Amino acid sequence: MALDNEAAKAEIIKFCEEKSKSKSKFYFNDFTKLFPDEKARAVKKLLTELVQEEKMVFWSSGSTTMYGLAGAGKQAASEGEA
Amino acid sequence: MAKHKTPMLDQLESGPWPSFVSDIKQEADSRAKNEKGLDYQIPVDCPDDLLGVLEMSYEDGETHWKHGGIVGVFGYGGGVIGRYCDQPEKFPGVAHFHTVRVAQPNGKWYNSQLLRSLCDIWELRGSGLTNMHGATGDIVFLGTTTPQLEEIFWELTHDLDIDLGGSGSNLRTPATCLGQSRCEYACYDTQELCYNLTQEYQDELHRPAFPYKFKFKFDGCPNGCVAAIARSDLSFIGTWKDEIKIDQEAVAAYVGGEIAPNAGAHADRDWGAFDIQKEVVDLCPSKCISYDGKLTIDNKECVRCMHCINTMPQALRVGDERGCTILCGAKAPILDGPQMGSLLVPFMEVNKDDDYQEIKDLIENIWDWWMEEGKNRERIGETMKRLGMSALIDAAGVPVDARQVQEPRHNPYIFWKAEDVKGGWDRDINEFRTRHQR
Repeated sequence: MALDNEAAKAEIIKFCEEKSKSKSKFYFNDFTKLFPDEKARAVKKLLTELVQEEKMVFWSSGSTTMYGLAGAGKQAASEGEA
Repeated sequence: MAKHKTPMLDQLESGPWPSFVSDIKQEADSRAKNEKGLDYQIPVDCPDDLLGVLEMSYEDGETHWKHGGIVGVFGYGGGVIGRYCDQPEKFPGVAHFHTVRVAQPNGKWYNSQLLRSLCDIWELRGSGLTNMHGATGDIVFLGTTTPQLEEIFWELTHDLDIDLGGSGSNLRTPATCLGQSRCEYACYDTQELCYNLTQEYQDELHRPAFPYKFKFKFDGCPNGCVAAIARSDLSFIGTWKDEIKIDQEAVAAYVGGEIAPNAGAHADRDWGAFDIQKEVVDLCPSKCISYDGKLTIDNKECVRCMHCINTMPQALRVGDERGCTILCGAKAPILDGPQMGSLLVPFMEVNKDDDYQEIKDLIENIWDWWMEEGKNRERIGETMKRLGMSALIDAAGVPVDARQVQEPRHNPYIFWKAEDVKGGWDRDINEFRTRHQR
């Protein structure tokens, strides 16, 4: 089944919003679970598009990377940045 | 005059080795003087504050750094590691002290102009402190603020033609030895393969989708100058299939003292006459060399330790049928202790003509399996141990080979499937149970 890009992206955003009370960051494979029939690389392309559209952001600890909604969770500004 | 008192750090300078404390103080002085008249883009005293926060950590016995965050350059999921000080009022110069990883040139072939340009960017837009190089091989720029990141990225990519490296759950910057650019032992063109795979997997390098980090390293021969076998999730080590080439005349010249052993590397001291029996034959780990006026090698017993070739490079040369051995799963001791790579493919041709398709197929099979089966923050070496070597071999689509067994009887339980065995078999489980109780 070919993935309907816009619908799939909406599903990703909905998933993040639903969890936003308890979580602001997600592992990549939280998203692959949403689309069990899709290859991981197809899901990555969607996430990349969402980052390009500035709807989602990467969060990195240096060793591990996660994805989150833009503006969710602790922001650079709260670390005292202008 | 130092901004903070740092008695414990000062003590570190008294040892016999060069000290990073002296280096940081030197940079602090240089920034304070500002002889070049630079318009520093981040606080001028950040090296002083770095020393201050380090001294404080020594006093308290705990770190004052927080790491991680939404810093990076647009569209990249790696290359920048956010770092913040949890005492920003005391040490405003390092309140934000992000690390930038920059991809090193292939085989670390720098010219001085590139080094100068890198330093110029970093003096202006960062702390001036670098780490050449990180464990993965990247150039590491230590300490800058968020507004500088895009500027640094633009200058690196546009002026110097150099990219950010990998960090996070990505393919990390691939690393290679000097290979055929300098070395006669190189069994394949390591730099070409490294460059090709780096370009092919740009998306994996910059957009994280793996359970955890993943490293490639390329060694041209089993001497392993980039230590691929110990440090990379997938190591490509040059090897040969046929026989070590022997020039008996040159062997005689080594024995007769006409050619210095080890290419003269130990010639600064008189070690006495070269003794081929003691220095080569007796040191062969698989005892496959003998010398009775003529050197003989039992090639099928050779374990590629490289000692005889390294000792007598003019007499012995690697074979002609060259390629690479691929090992999987090496890692440092974050969990479970350190682990060396396990042999996955004993020999694979490194074929530029088909754009290394066989190697790329193998890599993608392994990634698909690990992305599916790997837990979050699990290196492939851990997935391999958890699910078994045979699961990896199966997923990689490579033939089972006796050489994949680490040592005999390490694990005697091999479960064959009917389709693995010629002719297969039929078994009626109920009939079996009439003879064997549960």
